[in-house]
Amino acid sequence: MRTTLFIGITVLVGAAGDISVTYAMKQIGEVQSFRPAVLFRFLGRAFRLVWMWIGIAFMALAFFSLLALLSWADASLVVPATALSYVAGAFGAKFLLHENVATVRWAGVLLVSMGVALLSIG
Amino acid sequence: MHEFKTNQHNKTYALLAALVLFSSLGNVLLSKGMKQIGEILDYSPAALPPVFLRTFTNGTIWLGIASLLVFFACYLLLLSWADFSYVQPVSAIGYAAVAVLSYFMLGEIISPTRWIGVFFICAGVALVGGTEPRGAGD
Repeated sequence: MRTTLFIGITVLVGAAGDISVTYAMKQIGEVQSFRPAVLFRFLGRAFRLVWMWIGIAFMALAFFSLLALLSWADASLVVPATALSYVAGAFGAKFLLHENVATVRWAGVLLVSMGVALLSIG
Repeated sequence: MHEFKTNQHNKTYALLAALVLFSSLGNVLLSKGMKQIGEILDYSPAALPPVFLRTFTNGTIWLGIASLLVFFACYLLLLSWADFSYVQPVSAIGYAAVAVLSYFMLGEIISPTRWIGVFFICAGVALVGGTEPRGAGD
């Protein structure tokens, strides 16, 4: 029960972190130049947004939840299970960021998720 | 319009390549650095400060942290225009690349289950990579 709960926290909170960071970057808009000075200014603007810090806080929480999980549960269970974050991320992208996730992308996400799980099972 | 799309595809692929490279490099360097520190056997409050000191005065660890910061910057730049539902699955190619490189360069044995995993990841990345990075999703 505790393991399932922490896997859920790791997957969902991790996806929430990625979604928040993506939301912040979409507020800034597309980077137009790759000159170092422009990039630094661009990233500086990103780190002044609240959603960026909310996202980083979520990512940190997911990381600590994963560490806690690994302290008692088998890595051979935990690591493949976190491959579910690809599916959670796609749901977040569709319903929170309102991205158009076409069928072919869903199929790709499922394949990647299964592939990462198989790779970690070994 | 066509030129704009080609330009956007090129910068997407360039940043994806940098993202995969620096994320793998960062993890390998952190792993190498921590191996240099040695296994942490004592987790008592008195034993941890010297371990932290050794960790954060290790050059390999700092190279690893620098690589992961570059990875995060590439990730953020990519997300400034590309869909998250594109970037997340496509960047999983790094897992497959590390497995294939470990086999060919380090001579590691990869089990059949892992090869199937590599195949699934490549197939998934090919499907998602065939969609437009932004907006269309198809």
